[in-house]
Amino acid sequence: MTLDRRNFIKLVGGASSLALAGCATQGPAVSSGSAAEIMPKGSARRVVVVGGGYGGTIAAKYIRMMDPSIEVVLVERNDHFVSCPFSNLYIGGILPDLSSLTIKYDKLIANHGIKFVQAEVTAIDPAAHTVVTSKGTLKYDRLVISPGIDFRTEEIEGYNAQTPEIMPHAWKAGPQTVLLRKQLEAMKDGGTVVLAVPLSPFRCPPGPYERTSMIARYLKQHKPKSKIIVVDANPDIASKGPLFKKGWDMHYKGIIDYRKASKVTAINAANKSVLIEGLDEVKGDVVNLIPPQRAANIAVQAGLVGDDKKWCPIVADTFESTKHKDIHVIGDASIAGAMPKSGYSANSEAKVCATNIVNLMNGRPVTPLSGINTCYSYITDDEAISVAAVYASKDGKIIAVPNSGGVSPADWSMVKTEATFAKSWLRNILTEMSS
Amino acid sequence: MKQRWSSWALTAGALTISATALAADPGTAMLANACAGCHGTHGGSAGLTMPSLAAQSKTAIVEAMKKFKSGERPSSIMGRLAKGYTDQQIDQLGEFFSKQKLHFTHQQVDMAKAKKGADLQEANCSRCHLDDGKDGKDDTPVMASQWLPYLQMQMELYQSGKRKMPEKMAEKVKPLSKEDLDALLHFYASVNK
Repeated sequence: MTLDRRNFIKLVGGASSLALAGCATQGPAVSSGSAAEIMPKGSARRVVVVGGGYGGTIAAKYIRMMDPSIEVVLVERNDHFVSCPFSNLYIGGILPDLSSLTIKYDKLIANHGIKFVQAEVTAIDPAAHTVVTSKGTLKYDRLVISPGIDFRTEEIEGYNAQTPEIMPHAWKAGPQTVLLRKQLEAMKDGGTVVLAVPLSPFRCPPGPYERTSMIARYLKQHKPKSKIIVVDANPDIASKGPLFKKGWDMHYKGIIDYRKASKVTAINAANKSVLIEGLDEVKGDVVNLIPPQRAANIAVQAGLVGDDKKWCPIVADTFESTKHKDIHVIGDASIAGAMPKSGYSANSEAKVCATNIVNLMNGRPVTPLSGINTCYSYITDDEAISVAAVYASKDGKIIAVPNSGGVSPADWSMVKTEATFAKSWLRNILTEMSS
Repeated sequence: MKQRWSSWALTAGALTISATALAADPGTAMLANACAGCHGTHGGSAGLTMPSLAAQSKTAIVEAMKKFKSGERPSSIMGRLAKGYTDQQIDQLGEFFSKQKLHFTHQQVDMAKAKKGADLQEANCSRCHLDDGKDGKDDTPVMASQWLPYLQMQMELYQSGKRKMPEKMAEKVKPLSKEDLDALLHFYASVNK
């Protein structure tokens, strides 16, 4: 089942003016760039920010708030952004559409005097300090990229361009999210959902397990004879493990079949099955295949990934790439030490990066990193668990501050309260990004 | 030293948001900016159960953080986060948020309750919750324009004994009925200018 543009726009709800399908991190195949300079750079110092998601919007905003004499150009391929956090609630049938997860950029741009270019970034020339976009080139003094993730699909035999339409990953919020929900709705009662989790690190460590909970919730309510098989490449649940297991025991016994250390190495699309280490075949009526991940294509093309060819190494306090001078990488694409690949981390990293870009451009010393991550995962409609931590830099590395942070109390005493905090979290963080 | 909100509002009239942020040194701003993902840019919350930190007195923020850190004040995430900061950093956080402009919200409240609440505030609470709750004395929090669900949540914690009421507050609160307390919260939530 595929989803066309018109249907997607209908589903995000009331957003009839949306010009493009997809969310900020999901766009068309890379088109060729244009050589002509757009928005010629004057004498003002300029930062170009690539990516209008959890990291890019905040970097652009905070640089402008801290030093309005710096020109900031935000480049994003879409005119809107759909949040991955909370998109599992839509898949689980709690949210009716994606409208509450969708932001536009107009207020952010107007309030902070950010220049906006809606274009695809096709290349970066670190030596010439130039970004090539589908609409023309842009010169920068410093570049921030917050490009998100792409997939290492080459590690799964049989995976091709059509696979996401048959076995949606739904790991970039937008049409893929809608497709997965439609497949669940179309599935017969008594069907099997397969959820394949890649090896860490990947975007949103607790995400697959929140999704498991939300799909189980949907099945329990609408298709009680059905079940979900989770094939997880990791040795065990990658985040908040004991809490998820407790929640599953309390609410979804007999619905969730969790199989650890089960790595998908091949698929059989015609058979709707995945192969574990090329041996055991697990067949599903709906297959949510989340492939292994790396930094987004543009970061790879620009030579920003490290020796692992997956993620971008950075300097702890500034997020400046260790590969190319004057380019800063934030969010999921970066190797940010102890900070996980999460929306809140990206928000926090953007502010650290913005502070130090402003420091560096004004000849001031670098400010040592101080960051936070908070992350909520829903188990049921009104129960959520959380993980939180404070981060600092030590000897050039980003570490979690000792004896702080942690997960929700094991006695389940806070889950209802935390579910309300989670909603406030979403509202605050999306408001920060869009105003 | 905390500037009273009214004089702050006057002097800040011509300033932009960016200028207020510039007032803090980069280290202090960086500490505080990390909180804004949950408490809103410069501490102006958009989330119904998250308090605005903007324009709270420095003492109120420092006291709250220290109580979260020790576990004296109940919390879910805040206790875990507060443990990540030194006393000096907590002081810097208090300094930053106390200097931000008061965040006004526009929310649905029951105006009849708010009217009744205004009289109750005047008679019972105004000696500490100054200027319609737009200012606080010492560690008294700013109440004006906080989200109603947040205020109701805190009142429940006080009533259940999970959050300890200051003595002076207990003296005033104990004689009030549930309806009166509810009216007071509607009043504070309604103050938006």
